[in-house]
Amino acid sequence: MDPTKSSAISLRVNGERHSLTVDNRTTLLDALREHLDLTGTKKGCDQGQCGACTVLLDGRRANSCLQLAVATEGREVTTVEGIADGERLHPVQQAFLDFDGYQCGYCTSGQICSAVAVIEEHAAGWPSAATADVRPEAGPSPLDDDEIRERMSGNLCRCGAYVSIVRAVAEAAAVREAADSAAGGSRGERVTA
Amino acid sequence: MREFGYKRATDVPEAVALLATDPEARFLGGGTNLVDLMKTGVESPALLVDVRGLPLDRIEVADDGALKIGATVTNSDLAADPEVRRRYPALTEAVLAGASGQLRNMATVGGNLLQRTRCGYFGDTAQPCNKRVPGSGCPALAGEHHNHAILDWSEHCVATHPSDMGVALAAFDAVVSIHTADGPAELPLSEFYLPVGDTPHRENALPPGALITGVTLPAAPVAARSRYRKVRERASFAFANGSIAAALDVEDGTVRDVRLAFGAVASRPWRARKAERALTGGPATAEAFAAAADAELAAAEPLAHNGYKVPLIRNLVVAMLTELTQEAAR
Repeated sequence: MDPTKSSAISLRVNGERHSLTVDNRTTLLDALREHLDLTGTKKGCDQGQCGACTVLLDGRRANSCLQLAVATEGREVTTVEGIADGERLHPVQQAFLDFDGYQCGYCTSGQICSAVAVIEEHAAGWPSAATADVRPEAGPSPLDDDEIRERMSGNLCRCGAYVSIVRAVAEAAAVREAADSAAGGSRGERVTA
Repeated sequence: MREFGYKRATDVPEAVALLATDPEARFLGGGTNLVDLMKTGVESPALLVDVRGLPLDRIEVADDGALKIGATVTNSDLAADPEVRRRYPALTEAVLAGASGQLRNMATVGGNLLQRTRCGYFGDTAQPCNKRVPGSGCPALAGEHHNHAILDWSEHCVATHPSDMGVALAAFDAVVSIHTADGPAELPLSEFYLPVGDTPHRENALPPGALITGVTLPAAPVAARSRYRKVRERASFAFANGSIAAALDVEDGTVRDVRLAFGAVASRPWRARKAERALTGGPATAEAFAAAADAELAAAEPLAHNGYKVPLIRNLVVAMLTELTQEAAR
Protein backbone atom coordinates (compact mmCIF):
# COMPACT_ATOMS: atom_id res chain seq x y z
CA MET A 1 0.00 0.00 0.00
CA ASP A 2 1.33 3.42 -0.99
CA PRO A 3 0.32 5.82 1.81
CA THR A 4 0.43 8.74 -0.60
CA LYS A 5 -2.39 7.12 -2.58
CA SER A 6 -4.19 4.55 -0.43
CA SER A 7 -5.37 4.10 3.13
CA ALA A 8 -6.26 1.21 5.39
CA ILE A 9 -9.58 2.14 6.95
CA SER A 10 -12.24 0.71 9.16
CA LEU A 11 -15.84 1.41 8.13
CA ARG A 12 -18.82 0.83 10.40
CA VAL A 13 -21.83 0.06 8.21
CA ASN A 14 -25.25 -0.98 9.52
CA GLY A 15 -23.66 -1.85 12.85
CA GLU A 16 -20.93 -4.05 11.36
CA ARG A 17 -17.25 -3.17 11.24
CA HIS A 18 -15.34 -3.71 7.99
CA SER A 19 -11.58 -3.34 7.50
CA LEU A 20 -10.49 -2.49 3.97
CA THR A 21 -7.78 -0.79 1.98
CA VAL A 22 -9.03 1.88 -0.38
CA ASP A 23 -7.54 4.12 -3.01
CA ASN A 24 -8.03 7.58 -1.45
CA ARG A 25 -10.14 8.53 -4.48
CA THR A 26 -12.81 5.97 -3.55
CA THR A 27 -16.11 7.51 -2.58
CA LEU A 28 -18.20 6.02 0.20
CA LEU A 29 -20.70 5.08 -2.52
CA ASP A 30 -18.15 3.03 -4.43
CA ALA A 31 -16.77 1.49 -1.23
CA LEU A 32 -20.28 0.32 -0.28
CA ARG A 33 -21.09 -1.07 -3.72
CA GLU A 34 -17.73 -2.36 -4.97
CA HIS A 35 -15.92 -3.33 -1.76
CA LEU A 36 -18.73 -4.35 0.61
CA ASP A 37 -21.29 -5.64 -1.94
CA LEU A 38 -23.96 -3.38 -0.47
CA THR A 39 -25.58 -2.52 -3.79
CA GLY A 40 -28.82 -1.12 -2.36
CA THR A 41 -27.27 2.35 -2.48
CA LYS A 42 -27.47 3.54 -6.10
CA LYS A 43 -25.22 5.65 -8.30
CA GLY A 44 -27.22 8.15 -10.32
CA CYS A 45 -25.49 11.39 -11.24
CA ASP A 46 -22.37 10.82 -9.09
CA GLN A 47 -22.19 14.58 -8.48
CA GLY A 48 -24.54 15.28 -5.60
CA GLN A 49 -27.52 16.37 -7.66
CA CYS A 50 -29.90 13.38 -7.75
CA GLY A 51 -29.88 11.86 -4.25
CA ALA A 52 -29.94 8.21 -5.40
CA CYS A 53 -26.81 7.58 -3.29
CA THR A 54 -28.31 8.96 -0.06
CA VAL A 55 -27.19 7.17 3.12
CA LEU A 56 -27.24 8.15 6.79
CA LEU A 57 -23.93 9.29 8.32
CA ASP A 58 -24.15 9.33 12.11
CA GLY A 59 -27.91 9.36 11.58
CA ARG A 60 -27.92 12.29 9.17
CA ARG A 61 -28.61 11.93 5.46
CA ALA A 62 -25.71 12.59 3.11
CA ASN A 63 -24.75 12.07 -0.54
CA SER A 64 -22.36 9.11 -0.45
CA CYS A 65 -21.06 10.01 -3.93
CA LEU A 66 -19.39 13.16 -2.53
CA GLN A 67 -18.18 11.55 0.68
CA LEU A 68 -14.69 10.07 0.45
CA ALA A 69 -14.50 6.62 2.05
CA VAL A 70 -11.21 7.52 3.71
CA ALA A 71 -12.90 10.49 5.40
CA THR A 72 -15.69 8.27 6.74
CA GLU A 73 -13.58 6.34 9.24
CA GLY A 74 -15.01 6.63 12.73
CA ARG A 75 -18.51 7.46 11.55
CA GLU A 76 -21.61 5.27 11.59
CA VAL A 77 -22.98 4.55 8.12
CA THR A 78 -26.56 3.35 7.64
CA THR A 79 -27.63 2.22 4.18
CA VAL A 80 -31.04 1.12 2.93
CA GLU A 81 -29.99 -2.43 3.89
CA GLY A 82 -29.83 -1.33 7.51
CA ILE A 83 -33.08 0.63 7.75
CA ALA A 84 -35.42 -2.25 8.59
CA ASP A 85 -35.66 -3.89 12.02
CA GLY A 86 -34.72 -7.44 11.02
CA GLU A 87 -37.58 -8.74 8.88
CA ARG A 88 -39.87 -5.91 9.91
CA LEU A 89 -39.83 -3.09 7.38
CA HIS A 90 -39.23 0.45 8.54
CA PRO A 91 -42.49 2.47 8.41
CA VAL A 92 -41.02 4.50 5.54
CA GLN A 93 -40.34 1.32 3.55
CA GLN A 94 -43.85 0.04 4.28
CA ALA A 95 -45.38 3.35 3.23
CA PHE A 96 -43.48 3.36 -0.08
CA LEU A 97 -44.94 -0.13 -0.74
CA ASP A 98 -48.44 0.80 0.37
CA PHE A 99 -48.59 4.00 -1.67
CA ASP A 100 -46.55 2.97 -4.74
CA GLY A 101 -43.83 5.54 -4.05
CA TYR A 102 -41.85 4.52 -7.13
CA GLN A 103 -42.01 3.29 -10.68
CA CYS A 104 -38.66 1.89 -11.87
CA GLY A 105 -37.26 1.87 -8.34
CA TYR A 106 -33.78 3.16 -9.09
CA CYS A 107 -34.09 6.26 -6.90
CA THR A 108 -36.09 4.47 -4.20
CA SER A 109 -33.33 3.49 -1.77
CA GLY A 110 -32.14 7.10 -1.76
CA GLN A 111 -35.69 8.37 -1.39
CA ILE A 112 -36.27 6.04 1.57
CA CYS A 113 -33.04 6.96 3.38
CA SER A 114 -33.78 10.63 2.77
CA ALA A 115 -37.38 10.31 3.98
CA VAL A 116 -36.29 8.56 7.17
CA ALA A 117 -34.06 11.54 7.91
CA VAL A 118 -36.64 14.13 6.82
CA ILE A 119 -39.09 12.80 9.41
CA GLU A 120 -36.42 12.93 12.12
CA GLU A 121 -35.27 16.43 11.11
CA HIS A 122 -38.83 17.72 11.25
CA ALA A 123 -39.42 16.03 14.59
CA ALA A 124 -36.26 17.73 15.88
CA GLY A 125 -37.77 21.11 14.98
CA TRP A 126 -35.56 21.93 12.01
CA PRO A 127 -37.20 24.55 9.77
CA SER A 128 -37.05 24.36 5.97
CA ALA A 129 -37.24 26.81 3.08
CA ALA A 130 -41.00 26.10 3.04
CA THR A 131 -41.38 27.21 6.67
CA ALA A 132 -43.16 30.57 6.74
CA ASP A 133 -41.52 31.83 9.95
CA VAL A 134 -38.22 30.26 11.02
CA ARG A 135 -38.01 32.09 14.35
CA PRO A 136 -38.13 29.62 17.24
CA GLU A 137 -41.04 31.42 18.93
CA ALA A 138 -43.15 30.73 15.83
CA GLY A 139 -43.09 27.03 16.73
CA PRO A 140 -42.79 24.08 14.36
CA SER A 141 -44.73 24.05 11.12
CA PRO A 142 -46.73 20.90 10.26
CA LEU A 143 -45.10 18.46 7.83
CA ASP A 144 -47.56 19.24 5.04
CA ASP A 145 -47.11 18.49 1.34
CA ASP A 146 -45.18 21.73 0.67
CA GLU A 147 -42.79 20.95 3.51
CA ILE A 148 -42.29 17.38 2.29
CA ARG A 149 -41.67 18.49 -1.29
CA GLU A 150 -39.11 21.07 -0.17
CA ARG A 151 -37.35 18.76 2.28
CA MET A 152 -37.23 15.92 -0.29
CA SER A 153 -35.97 18.18 -3.12
CA GLY A 154 -32.52 16.59 -3.00
CA ASN A 155 -33.98 13.34 -4.34
CA LEU A 156 -34.94 13.31 -7.99
CA CYS A 157 -37.27 10.71 -9.50
CA ARG A 158 -37.05 10.62 -13.28
CA CYS A 159 -40.21 8.48 -13.47
CA GLY A 160 -42.00 11.35 -11.75
CA ALA A 161 -43.51 9.33 -8.93
CA TYR A 162 -43.50 12.41 -6.73
CA VAL A 163 -47.21 12.44 -5.94
CA SER A 164 -46.99 8.95 -4.43
CA ILE A 165 -43.65 9.68 -2.76
CA VAL A 166 -45.16 12.69 -0.96
CA ARG A 167 -48.10 10.52 0.19
CA ALA A 168 -45.74 7.81 1.42
CA VAL A 169 -43.62 10.25 3.40
CA ALA A 170 -46.70 11.89 4.92
CA GLU A 171 -48.06 8.48 5.91
CA ALA A 172 -44.77 7.35 7.44
CA ALA A 173 -44.54 10.60 9.39
CA ALA A 174 -48.07 10.05 10.70
CA VAL A 175 -47.18 6.48 11.69
CA ARG A 176 -44.14 7.72 13.58
CA GLU A 177 -46.17 10.37 15.36
CA ALA A 178 -48.84 7.81 16.35
CA ALA A 179 -46.16 5.39 17.57
CA ASP A 180 -44.52 8.18 19.53
CA SER A 181 -47.66 9.16 21.35
CA ALA A 182 -48.70 5.51 21.91
CA ALA A 183 -45.30 4.62 23.34
CA GLY A 184 -44.89 7.85 25.25
CA GLY A 185 -42.19 9.11 22.92
CA SER A 186 -40.15 5.94 22.39
CA ARG A 187 -38.99 5.14 18.88
CA GLY A 188 -38.54 2.14 16.66
CA GLU A 189 -41.99 0.65 17.23
CA ARG A 190 -43.42 -0.77 14.04
CA VAL A 191 -47.05 0.27 13.70
CA THR A 192 -49.19 -1.12 10.90
CA ALA A 193 -50.40 1.67 8.64
CA MET B 1 -9.03 11.81 -10.97
CA ARG B 2 -5.45 12.39 -9.90
CA GLU B 3 -4.20 10.22 -7.05
CA PHE B 4 -3.81 12.07 -3.76
CA GLY B 5 -2.63 11.59 -0.20
CA TYR B 6 -4.99 12.03 2.75
CA LYS B 7 -4.22 13.31 6.23
CA ARG B 8 -6.57 14.09 9.07
CA ALA B 9 -5.75 17.10 11.27
CA THR B 10 -6.63 17.02 14.95
CA ASP B 11 -6.01 20.67 15.81
CA VAL B 12 -5.79 23.97 13.95
CA PRO B 13 -1.98 24.52 14.05
CA GLU B 14 -1.47 20.93 12.88
CA ALA B 15 -3.87 21.50 9.97
CA VAL B 16 -1.98 24.60 8.87
CA ALA B 17 1.37 22.78 9.26
CA LEU B 18 0.14 19.77 7.28
CA LEU B 19 -1.05 21.96 4.43
CA ALA B 20 2.39 23.59 4.26
CA THR B 21 4.03 20.21 3.58
CA ASP B 22 2.78 20.16 0.01
CA PRO B 23 2.29 23.15 -2.32
CA GLU B 24 -0.53 21.24 -4.01
CA ALA B 25 -2.38 20.40 -0.78
CA ARG B 26 -5.96 21.49 -0.12
CA PHE B 27 -8.13 21.52 2.98
CA LEU B 28 -11.09 19.12 2.89
CA GLY B 29 -14.22 20.20 4.77
CA GLY B 30 -17.58 18.71 3.83
CA GLY B 31 -16.21 18.05 0.34
CA THR B 32 -19.49 18.85 -1.41
CA ASN B 33 -17.79 21.25 -3.81
CA LEU B 34 -14.14 20.13 -3.76
CA VAL B 35 -14.78 16.40 -4.34
CA ASP B 36 -17.18 17.27 -7.15
CA LEU B 37 -14.54 19.50 -8.78
CA MET B 38 -11.89 16.79 -8.35
CA LYS B 39 -14.11 14.36 -10.24
CA THR B 40 -14.37 16.75 -13.18
CA GLY B 41 -10.68 17.62 -13.10
CA VAL B 42 -11.17 21.29 -12.24
CA GLU B 43 -9.31 20.61 -8.98
CA SER B 44 -6.40 18.16 -8.75
CA PRO B 45 -4.76 18.37 -5.33
CA ALA B 46 -1.85 16.09 -4.41
CA LEU B 47 -2.83 16.00 -0.73
CA LEU B 48 -6.07 16.50 1.16
CA VAL B 49 -5.85 17.73 4.74
CA ASP B 50 -9.16 16.79 6.35
CA VAL B 51 -10.26 19.56 8.73
CA ARG B 52 -13.80 18.37 9.30
CA GLY B 53 -12.93 16.84 12.67
CA LEU B 54 -11.35 20.00 14.06
CA PRO B 55 -12.94 21.38 17.24
CA LEU B 56 -14.55 24.26 15.33
CA ASP B 57 -18.12 22.98 15.37
CA ARG B 58 -19.65 25.29 17.97
CA ILE B 59 -21.96 28.30 17.76
CA GLU B 60 -21.46 30.59 20.75
CA VAL B 61 -22.57 34.00 21.95
CA ALA B 62 -19.61 36.19 22.92
CA ASP B 63 -19.62 38.58 25.89
CA ASP B 64 -20.32 41.54 23.56
CA GLY B 65 -23.34 39.74 22.09
CA ALA B 66 -21.61 38.75 18.86
CA LEU B 67 -22.40 35.33 17.46
CA LYS B 68 -19.31 33.20 16.87
CA ILE B 69 -19.81 30.41 14.33
CA GLY B 70 -17.13 27.75 14.00
CA ALA B 71 -15.84 26.96 10.51
CA THR B 72 -16.84 23.29 10.62
CA VAL B 73 -20.42 23.96 11.74
CA THR B 74 -22.57 22.33 9.08
CA ASN B 75 -25.09 24.33 7.10
CA SER B 76 -27.85 22.26 8.75
CA ASP B 77 -26.70 23.01 12.28
CA LEU B 78 -26.28 26.70 11.46
CA ALA B 79 -29.78 26.96 9.99
CA ALA B 80 -31.40 25.10 12.90
CA ASP B 81 -29.61 27.01 15.64
CA PRO B 82 -32.20 28.81 17.84
CA GLU B 83 -29.94 31.83 18.37
CA VAL B 84 -29.44 32.26 14.61
CA ARG B 85 -33.16 31.85 13.96
CA ARG B 86 -34.02 34.41 16.64
CA ARG B 87 -31.39 37.04 15.97
CA TYR B 88 -30.53 36.61 12.26
CA PRO B 89 -33.53 34.84 10.66
CA ALA B 90 -32.35 35.88 7.17
CA LEU B 91 -29.23 33.77 7.73
CA THR B 92 -31.29 30.67 8.48
CA GLU B 93 -33.49 31.39 5.46
CA ALA B 94 -30.46 31.91 3.22
CA VAL B 95 -28.83 28.65 4.29
CA LEU B 96 -32.09 26.73 3.86
CA ALA B 97 -32.53 28.24 0.40
CA GLY B 98 -29.29 26.61 -0.72
CA ALA B 99 -28.58 23.07 -1.91
CA SER B 100 -30.48 20.04 -0.51
CA GLY B 101 -30.93 18.53 2.94
CA GLN B 102 -28.22 15.96 2.21
CA LEU B 103 -25.71 18.57 1.07
CA ARG B 104 -26.49 20.92 3.97
CA ASN B 105 -25.69 18.09 6.38
CA MET B 106 -22.24 17.73 4.81
CA ALA B 107 -21.31 21.30 3.87
CA THR B 108 -19.50 23.57 6.32
CA VAL B 109 -19.48 27.32 6.95
CA GLY B 110 -15.80 27.68 6.07
CA GLY B 111 -16.23 25.75 2.84
CA ASN B 112 -19.28 27.77 1.89
CA LEU B 113 -17.22 30.97 1.76
CA LEU B 114 -14.66 29.25 -0.48
CA GLN B 115 -17.02 27.47 -2.86
CA ARG B 116 -16.40 28.06 -6.51
CA THR B 117 -18.61 29.60 -9.17
CA ARG B 118 -21.07 27.41 -11.05
CA CYS B 119 -20.24 29.12 -14.37
CA GLY B 120 -20.48 26.29 -16.90
CA TYR B 121 -17.22 27.28 -18.59
CA PHE B 122 -15.34 27.13 -15.29
CA GLY B 123 -16.70 23.63 -14.69
CA ASP B 124 -15.82 22.32 -18.16
CA THR B 125 -12.10 21.63 -18.54
CA ALA B 126 -12.51 21.42 -22.34
CA GLN B 127 -13.34 25.16 -22.38
CA PRO B 128 -11.15 28.21 -21.87
CA CYS B 129 -11.66 30.01 -18.53
CA ASN B 130 -9.55 32.77 -17.04
CA LYS B 131 -10.48 31.72 -13.53
CA ARG B 132 -9.33 28.12 -14.10
CA VAL B 133 -6.50 28.73 -16.60
CA PRO B 134 -5.38 32.39 -16.35
CA GLY B 135 -5.05 34.01 -19.77
CA SER B 136 -7.09 31.39 -21.63
CA GLY B 137 -10.09 33.66 -22.17
CA CYS B 138 -13.72 34.01 -21.07
CA PRO B 139 -16.24 32.36 -23.42
CA ALA B 140 -19.13 33.47 -21.20
CA LEU B 141 -18.89 37.09 -22.36
CA ALA B 142 -20.13 36.19 -25.84
CA GLY B 143 -21.66 32.85 -24.86
CA GLU B 144 -23.97 31.40 -22.25
CA HIS B 145 -24.24 34.07 -19.57
CA HIS B 146 -27.91 34.37 -18.69
CA ASN B 147 -27.07 33.75 -15.03
CA HIS B 148 -23.83 35.74 -14.86
CA ALA B 149 -22.83 38.97 -13.15
CA ILE B 150 -24.28 42.42 -13.74
CA LEU B 151 -22.13 44.29 -11.23
CA ASP B 152 -18.37 44.81 -11.04
CA TRP B 153 -17.38 42.13 -13.56
CA SER B 154 -14.48 42.58 -15.95
CA GLU B 155 -13.65 41.58 -19.50
CA HIS B 156 -11.66 38.72 -17.93
CA CYS B 157 -14.49 37.08 -15.99
CA VAL B 158 -18.23 37.57 -15.55
CA ALA B 159 -18.89 34.69 -13.12
CA THR B 160 -20.98 35.03 -9.97
CA HIS B 161 -20.38 33.75 -6.46
CA PRO B 162 -22.94 31.01 -5.83
CA SER B 163 -23.43 31.26 -2.05
CA ASP B 164 -26.75 32.07 -0.40
CA MET B 165 -25.26 31.96 3.11
CA GLY B 166 -22.64 34.53 2.10
CA VAL B 167 -25.30 37.06 1.10
CA ALA B 168 -26.79 37.07 4.60
CA LEU B 169 -23.31 37.13 6.16
CA ALA B 170 -22.45 40.16 4.01
CA ALA B 171 -25.61 41.97 5.12
CA PHE B 172 -24.71 41.41 8.78
CA ASP B 173 -21.07 42.60 8.63
CA ALA B 174 -19.50 39.18 9.16
CA VAL B 175 -15.84 38.95 10.13
CA VAL B 176 -13.88 35.88 9.04
CA SER B 177 -11.45 34.36 11.54
CA ILE B 178 -8.41 32.69 10.01
CA HIS B 179 -5.28 30.90 11.18
CA THR B 180 -1.93 31.08 9.41
CA ALA B 181 1.56 29.86 10.26
CA ASP B 182 1.91 33.18 12.12
CA GLY B 183 -1.16 32.54 14.26
CA PRO B 184 -4.77 33.74 14.29
CA ALA B 185 -6.01 36.78 12.39
CA GLU B 186 -9.27 38.38 11.24
CA LEU B 187 -10.55 39.51 7.89
CA PRO B 188 -13.85 41.39 7.42
CA LEU B 189 -16.05 39.65 4.84
CA SER B 190 -16.22 43.01 3.02
CA GLU B 191 -12.48 42.63 2.32
CA PHE B 192 -12.46 38.85 1.96
CA TYR B 193 -13.33 38.63 -1.75
CA LEU B 194 -11.02 40.38 -4.20
CA PRO B 195 -12.26 42.49 -7.11
CA VAL B 196 -12.27 40.51 -10.39
CA GLY B 197 -10.02 42.87 -12.35
CA ASP B 198 -7.55 40.97 -14.51
CA THR B 199 -6.95 38.27 -11.86
CA PRO B 200 -10.22 36.29 -11.64
CA HIS B 201 -8.22 33.24 -10.49
CA ARG B 202 -7.38 35.12 -7.27
CA GLU B 203 -10.72 35.02 -5.53
CA ASN B 204 -10.00 35.97 -1.94
CA ALA B 205 -7.58 37.78 0.32
CA LEU B 206 -6.66 34.72 2.40
CA PRO B 207 -2.91 34.56 2.97
CA PRO B 208 -1.34 31.43 1.41
CA GLY B 209 -1.94 28.37 3.56
CA ALA B 210 -4.50 30.09 5.80
CA LEU B 211 -7.34 28.10 7.34
CA ILE B 212 -10.74 29.66 7.99
CA THR B 213 -11.57 28.91 11.62
CA GLY B 214 -14.86 30.73 12.00
CA VAL B 215 -17.18 33.60 11.23
CA THR B 216 -18.33 36.25 13.71
CA LEU B 217 -21.55 38.20 13.38
CA PRO B 218 -21.56 41.41 15.44
CA ALA B 219 -24.67 42.01 17.53
CA ALA B 220 -27.19 43.82 15.31
CA PRO B 221 -30.71 44.43 16.66
CA VAL B 222 -31.92 45.30 13.13
CA ALA B 223 -31.15 41.73 12.04
CA ALA B 224 -33.93 40.30 14.20
CA ARG B 225 -36.37 41.53 11.55
CA SER B 226 -34.73 40.19 8.43
CA ARG B 227 -35.61 37.98 5.50
CA TYR B 228 -33.89 36.23 2.61
CA ARG B 229 -35.62 35.73 -0.71
CA LYS B 230 -34.26 33.80 -3.66
CA VAL B 231 -35.46 33.66 -7.25
CA ARG B 232 -34.44 30.56 -9.20
CA GLU B 233 -35.46 28.52 -12.20
CA ARG B 234 -37.17 25.76 -10.21
CA ALA B 235 -38.89 25.77 -6.83
CA SER B 236 -36.05 24.18 -4.85
CA PHE B 237 -32.47 22.87 -5.04
CA ALA B 238 -31.17 25.32 -7.65
CA PHE B 239 -28.76 28.22 -7.63
CA ALA B 240 -30.14 31.75 -7.57
CA ASN B 241 -30.83 33.97 -10.54
CA GLY B 242 -31.06 36.74 -8.00
CA SER B 243 -31.45 36.87 -4.25
CA ILE B 244 -31.67 39.39 -1.44
CA ALA B 245 -30.99 39.51 2.27
CA ALA B 246 -32.79 42.42 3.89
CA ALA B 247 -33.15 43.73 7.43
CA LEU B 248 -35.20 46.78 8.33
CA ASP B 249 -35.92 48.87 11.39
CA VAL B 250 -38.79 51.29 10.81
CA GLU B 251 -40.30 53.74 13.30
CA ASP B 252 -43.20 56.06 12.53
CA GLY B 253 -42.75 55.45 8.82
CA THR B 254 -39.06 56.38 8.87
CA VAL B 255 -36.17 54.01 8.16
CA ARG B 256 -33.94 53.94 11.24
CA ASP B 257 -31.61 51.14 10.11
CA VAL B 258 -31.45 48.92 7.06
CA ARG B 259 -29.22 46.14 5.71
CA LEU B 260 -29.31 44.99 2.10
CA ALA B 261 -27.21 42.47 0.22
CA PHE B 262 -27.74 40.78 -3.16
CA GLY B 263 -26.76 37.36 -4.45
CA ALA B 264 -26.05 36.06 -7.97
CA VAL B 265 -25.20 39.52 -9.29
CA ALA B 266 -21.42 39.70 -8.84
CA SER B 267 -18.26 37.71 -8.11
CA ARG B 268 -18.96 38.20 -4.41
CA PRO B 269 -22.00 38.64 -2.18
CA TRP B 270 -23.02 42.22 -2.95
CA ARG B 271 -23.57 44.53 -0.01
CA ALA B 272 -25.83 47.33 -1.25
CA ARG B 273 -24.37 50.23 0.69
CA LYS B 274 -25.53 52.92 -1.76
CA ALA B 275 -29.10 51.74 -1.34
CA GLU B 276 -28.72 51.58 2.44
CA ARG B 277 -27.43 55.18 2.54
CA ALA B 278 -30.28 56.35 0.31
CA LEU B 279 -32.83 54.76 2.64
CA THR B 280 -31.51 55.57 6.11
CA GLY B 281 -33.47 58.40 7.74
CA GLY B 282 -35.93 58.57 4.85
CA PRO B 283 -39.52 57.41 4.37
CA ALA B 284 -40.35 53.70 4.33
CA THR B 285 -42.36 53.83 1.11
CA ALA B 286 -42.35 51.74 -2.05
CA GLU B 287 -41.18 54.81 -4.00
CA ALA B 288 -38.20 55.30 -1.69
CA PHE B 289 -37.35 51.59 -1.84
CA ALA B 290 -37.40 51.66 -5.65
CA ALA B 291 -35.27 54.80 -5.76
CA ALA B 292 -32.73 53.21 -3.43
CA ALA B 293 -32.58 50.08 -5.58
CA ASP B 294 -32.06 52.25 -8.64
CA ALA B 295 -29.22 54.09 -6.89
CA GLU B 296 -27.48 50.77 -6.26
CA LEU B 297 -28.20 49.32 -9.68
CA ALA B 298 -27.11 52.42 -11.61
CA ALA B 299 -23.68 50.77 -11.80
CA ALA B 300 -25.10 47.57 -13.34
CA GLU B 301 -23.68 46.57 -16.72
CA PRO B 302 -25.80 43.70 -17.96
CA LEU B 303 -24.72 41.59 -20.91
CA ALA B 304 -26.97 40.51 -23.80
CA HIS B 305 -28.78 37.78 -21.88
CA ASN B 306 -28.81 38.78 -18.20
CA GLY B 307 -30.44 42.20 -18.31
CA TYR B 308 -33.49 40.73 -16.57
CA LYS B 309 -31.49 40.72 -13.32
CA VAL B 310 -31.72 44.51 -13.00
CA PRO B 311 -35.53 44.69 -12.65
CA LEU B 312 -35.47 41.37 -10.78
CA ILE B 313 -33.26 42.78 -8.04
CA ARG B 314 -35.15 46.09 -8.05
CA ASN B 315 -38.44 44.25 -7.57
CA LEU B 316 -36.94 42.10 -4.81
CA VAL B 317 -35.78 45.21 -2.93
CA VAL B 318 -39.22 46.82 -3.11
CA ALA B 319 -41.09 43.63 -2.22
CA MET B 320 -38.88 42.60 0.70
CA LEU B 321 -38.66 46.07 2.26
CA THR B 322 -42.42 46.55 1.84
CA GLU B 323 -43.08 43.23 3.59
CA LEU B 324 -40.68 44.07 6.41
CA THR B 325 -42.34 47.49 6.82
CA GLN B 326 -45.75 45.85 7.06
CA GLU B 327 -44.44 43.34 9.61
CA ALA B 328 -43.06 46.19 11.71
CA ALA B 329 -46.47 47.87 11.70
CA ARG B 330 -48.18 44.74 13.07
